[in-house]
Amino acid sequence: MKYIEAPLSEKDVRALKLGEIVAVTGPVCTGRDEVHIRALEYVDEGKEVPGCLNGAVLYHCGPIMKQIENGKWMVVAAGPTTSARMNKLEPRFIKEFGIRAIIGKGGMSKEVCNAMKEVGCVYLAATGGAAVTYAEGLSVASNVDWLDLGMPEALWQFNTNKLGPLVVAIDAEGNSLYEQVRANLKLD
Amino acid sequence: MVIKLLEPTVEVVENLLRVANTKLPADIGWAMEAAAGWERNPTAQSQLGAIMENVRKAEHLGKPMCQDTGIPIFYVRGKFDSSIADDIAEAVRNSTKNIPMRPNTVDPIIRTNFGNNLGNGMPCIHFIPTKDDFTEISVMLKGAGSENMTRLKMLNPADGMKGVMDFIFESVIDAGGRPCPPGIVGVGIGGTADECTAMAKRALMEPLDYEEPDEEIRQMEEDLFVRINSSGLGPMGLGGDTTVLGVKIRKAACHTASLPVAVNIGCWATRRACAKIMGDKVEYSQGAVL
Repeated sequence: MKYIEAPLSEKDVRALKLGEIVAVTGPVCTGRDEVHIRALEYVDEGKEVPGCLNGAVLYHCGPIMKQIENGKWMVVAAGPTTSARMNKLEPRFIKEFGIRAIIGKGGMSKEVCNAMKEVGCVYLAATGGAAVTYAEGLSVASNVDWLDLGMPEALWQFNTNKLGPLVVAIDAEGNSLYEQVRANLKLD
Repeated sequence: MVIKLLEPTVEVVENLLRVANTKLPADIGWAMEAAAGWERNPTAQSQLGAIMENVRKAEHLGKPMCQDTGIPIFYVRGKFDSSIADDIAEAVRNSTKNIPMRPNTVDPIIRTNFGNNLGNGMPCIHFIPTKDDFTEISVMLKGAGSENMTRLKMLNPADGMKGVMDFIFESVIDAGGRPCPPGIVGVGIGGTADECTAMAKRALMEPLDYEEPDEEIRQMEEDLFVRINSSGLGPMGLGGDTTVLGVKIRKAACHTASLPVAVNIGCWATRRACAKIMGDKVEYSQGAVL
């Protein structure tokens, strides 16, 4: 396993190879359907968007969170959600915020791969459903924005410690492991 | 199977939700271990390893194995009173807070979260009245990753079983990594459009080691199992020999002009739990043939 540290530079992500297994340490924020919709709406309306999105490692995840005594939020379970739901908004989202890495499951569309290549961004595949393992890498949230969107949809922020294992499934050149698998499927 | 003294129904349902969330049914665990034994692809091996490690941690720590605790789908069979729906709703509300389960239910139009996994039409309960002298409550936690891949096709009778088999295969291949393979493919053949989709989901309640008595259906299940696993899609769609752990087919009589087929995929975490209440005893298990 290769350990990488966020925030990631363009050089960092362009050095990652397809199929490599990594773990991320440093700031990561969650964002799924509603965060994508709201953030882009806010940009259109000239409203301020939480700074954590800039150059972010974005985790497609709707965690189970539990508020503990000091008012902080602790993770109970936090595996990846299906990234393809964000296909439509992701190219613009990546370009708008300079997203450096997306953690998710199931892969993303050709349009997203193209945006990733243009900006310098990788897709890291987390094992779907491995929510207890990934929760260990997240621990306590450092902040939360947009909690009004509901627990799964809020913009949760974490200082991760070896969040993994993650497979580099789309590299910063837009090459996709999913596409390679699809091209070689036996369909008869 | 565990036998316990009867508790109030609300508590029985809370037990079911806790077990379903934290303990993978044994039949799925065995199938996963078998898959890890035959899998040749190193990326696939890493995915199966991560899944099995996560399952062990969830059970040991008593935490939900997946953050998508899903929509709980209930099946109540045998003799029962309509008040059981209130007990189930109360258990869902309590368990959302206590386990905790993720509050998943939202208004479909304005998308506000109900915060308790209830709301209009929830919890989802299917009633199956029989003349038996027991009440059996089963639950399956259905996450959206797999549920969103559901398909129904009203085939023409002339499409025949080849049409049926191709549709099932294509549905699984098109779903790719999205429903968190390797899971279970639930299939309904026949019935009406609504009954067909209900059968496809109900099939997922069936333990993988249950031997299908219908010879034709068993053969179709085996053929699909081999064909899908030979495709190379693999765990999480990242390639490999393991795309499904099992295929389960149910059938029902249909109109002479119809051939409905429905596919409902269960993720690897097809979480189920059942309680059969007989007199003052409750028999707990993690699968049912409905």
